[in-house]
Amino acid sequence: MNFMSEFEPKIVAFVCNWCTYAGADLAGTNRTKYASNVKIIRFPCTGRIDFMLLMKAFENGADGVIVSGCHPNDCHYTSGNFHARRRWIIFRSLLDFIGFDTDRITFSWISAAEGNKWAQIVDEVTEKIKSKGPFTDLKKLNCTLLKQLYDEAITK
Amino acid sequence: MARIGVFICHCGENISATVNVTQVAEAASKLPGVTYATDYKYMCSDPGQTMIIEAIKEHKLTGIVVGSCSPRMHEATFRKVAEKAGINSYLCEIANLREQVSWVHPKSDATTQKAIDIVRTLVQKVKQDSPLYPIKVPVTKTALIIGGGIAGIQAALDIANAGHQVIIIEKSPSIGGHMSQLSETFPTLDCSQCILTPRMVEVAQHPNITLHTFAEVESISGFVGNFDVNIKLKARSVDLSKCTGCGTCWQKCPSKKIPDEFNEGLSDRTAIYTPFPQAVPNKPVIDRANCIWFLKGKCGLCKKNCPTGAIDYEMQDEIINIKVGAIVTATGFDIKHTDFFPEYGYGQYRNVIDGLQFERLASASGPTGGEIRRPSDGKIPEKIVFIACAGSRDKAKGIEYCSKICCMYTAKHAMLYKHKKPEGKAYVFYMDIRAAGKNYDEFVRRAIEKDEVLYIRGRVSRIYEKNDKLIVKGIDTLLNAQPIEIEADMVVLATAVVANKDAELLAQKMHISYDKHHFFSEAHPKLRPVETNTAGIMLAGACQTAKDIPDTVSQASAAASKVLGLFSSDEMTREPIVAVVNRMAPPQFTTCTGCLLCMEVCPYNAIEREEIRDRRTGDLIKVAAKVNAGLCQGCGTCVAFCRNKSIDLQGFSNQQMLSEVIALLNQPF
Repeated sequence: MNFMSEFEPKIVAFVCNWCTYAGADLAGTNRTKYASNVKIIRFPCTGRIDFMLLMKAFENGADGVIVSGCHPNDCHYTSGNFHARRRWIIFRSLLDFIGFDTDRITFSWISAAEGNKWAQIVDEVTEKIKSKGPFTDLKKLNCTLLKQLYDEAITK
Repeated sequence: MARIGVFICHCGENISATVNVTQVAEAASKLPGVTYATDYKYMCSDPGQTMIIEAIKEHKLTGIVVGSCSPRMHEATFRKVAEKAGINSYLCEIANLREQVSWVHPKSDATTQKAIDIVRTLVQKVKQDSPLYPIKVPVTKTALIIGGGIAGIQAALDIANAGHQVIIIEKSPSIGGHMSQLSETFPTLDCSQCILTPRMVEVAQHPNITLHTFAEVESISGFVGNFDVNIKLKARSVDLSKCTGCGTCWQKCPSKKIPDEFNEGLSDRTAIYTPFPQAVPNKPVIDRANCIWFLKGKCGLCKKNCPTGAIDYEMQDEIINIKVGAIVTATGFDIKHTDFFPEYGYGQYRNVIDGLQFERLASASGPTGGEIRRPSDGKIPEKIVFIACAGSRDKAKGIEYCSKICCMYTAKHAMLYKHKKPEGKAYVFYMDIRAAGKNYDEFVRRAIEKDEVLYIRGRVSRIYEKNDKLIVKGIDTLLNAQPIEIEADMVVLATAVVANKDAELLAQKMHISYDKHHFFSEAHPKLRPVETNTAGIMLAGACQTAKDIPDTVSQASAAASKVLGLFSSDEMTREPIVAVVNRMAPPQFTTCTGCLLCMEVCPYNAIEREEIRDRRTGDLIKVAAKVNAGLCQGCGTCVAFCRNKSIDLQGFSNQQMLSEVIALLNQPF
């Protein structure tokens, strides 16, 4: 248990510029305190988020990912968040199919006025990922391992 | 080879109090590609800016990262600095170390580490930045004002007087808004209609103003300088060009028992009606939901009697399309009505009324001709209880905010009653008296001291009817919470100011943000109070939050000045954050395969089909997508959809986003 409490997860948040980024700014303006594990990457819109980037994040050592944008109907660009939502639904089922722990990805809507919700989601996700422990699934399948398998296969 | 400069701001102590800024600058200086890194107390100040400019020149920097407040605050400032120093302004990135680090985390190594991680990420991004040049687009110098209350009227007149075209749309049949319903206004007690109606007439007669009443926004597309708006002109059933406003129609109308909205239900109106005698336009409208012709297909008295043949039962809703450069949203507010309060009888007691109803009673143009009479029996009340903060500042009712205007209008109401019936008794139950404003506190003191209104600090728990009287049960918290019972003839609730019912829908049509109470959000609570996050859309009046008339008018003029700023040049520059389809030398031309999925998902129709043909033979070589940079707004939805990464977003390219992800998670040392 002791080791679990010392584990500080790395969490990347993919957020849109207009709602969630502004919401996170509002949390700052209100001086709402929350866990420092989550770091933001700013996108113009959730519709811009290529979900392969989520995989790249896990590949590079992220333990959890948050995707957040404007509430449905509130998208600054009319429909980007709807596209993101649809893509996420399909992407999630694909991840489920290959046995990826989709609980490590949190999809949420946080508006520019919801600074408190941002702080709350960050804390919740941090706690959740802490209890799950470090993410190792993809690392087991890293290139060195593949190369070993390949080498073994051709030497046989 | 990149030569990046990193500038970490202390923001006074806002950042440096919790983040070890020297450590951040030192860590940044060791990052690959970073030539120079430093920290300073106020980067945005003049010496700070000069420091950056000198460093760029001295170290021949190719890009800069400023670790400071949110990019929403000072990105523009530092981009200008970069430009002054001779590098492209888009080679500047902001690391948000204040709103997202120092203000939300305690002083610790982890906090400093987070700051370093963020700076590292942005350094990686700026290395991938390429110079971008602003796009110039023409400005349509016509403004659209949504809402014809005092806010809309003020903004419209200001813009029109500066020589630009203005289109006002108002959803009700007349402009004037809530202000036209008020009796007298605090703190001067000048009659509301006397100061408002001349301005309404000015709007109607102004050569630069086009007025559409009984109209609503259907849809809004486009962007700052070039909005494309569809407006629904609701079927008025009266041809305004023929109608002279003689009034024969409504005098003949047999359907006479419809609650009058303008008088807040205190009197009745006919089915064909002008909202009030000073209405602009002063021409009637048929309320189809209550008109016998539309309900039963017969009657037609108004049509028969109209001397100019202006009545048109066949009139249909009409959609018109207009092009405007800027929009001022001035849609105003609503109030909670008495039926919102179970403890005060759910609106069942006719003598429990809200503030607007009292305004109508006190108004010379109201149903009683300005005499304050009970709605139930028309008697002049001997005792009136006013209850402030009815709904406002009440978490249990879901309205935590202060409605701002109630303290003042309650004092005004009590005063008006005492002026009309000096021997009557007026009680005010209040929580606090909030009378901040020029001559406001003096006004409340006058009500208490000169007009002898009895102020009781405490809340009312219950009201019930007994023998024609209203028993008001409350406590006086300044008298050891002693219970108080008053037998009143009438009770006036200063009910909470709330957003309009359709505010959320309108915000969604305009793509502007709104808070949980559906009031529209300003771009910055202090520094950009009249703009929204959508460029070219401004706010005026109580659609943003509860406001009194002076504040509303100030904001309307401020919004007008923002519009005029926009209209001051023929062209405006837009951020070059747009999508581009890659192009390369023949024979490949582009990696785009012409699947045109991007065309389908683009919300702005900014993607066109392009045919690449052999220059000599004219044979079709390839079909590809092409972005119209004038229409593209830079959402990047197409980029995420593109199957082979042929389309990319300038400023948020695939390479940049991937670099950010990698840099954020990996420490180079």
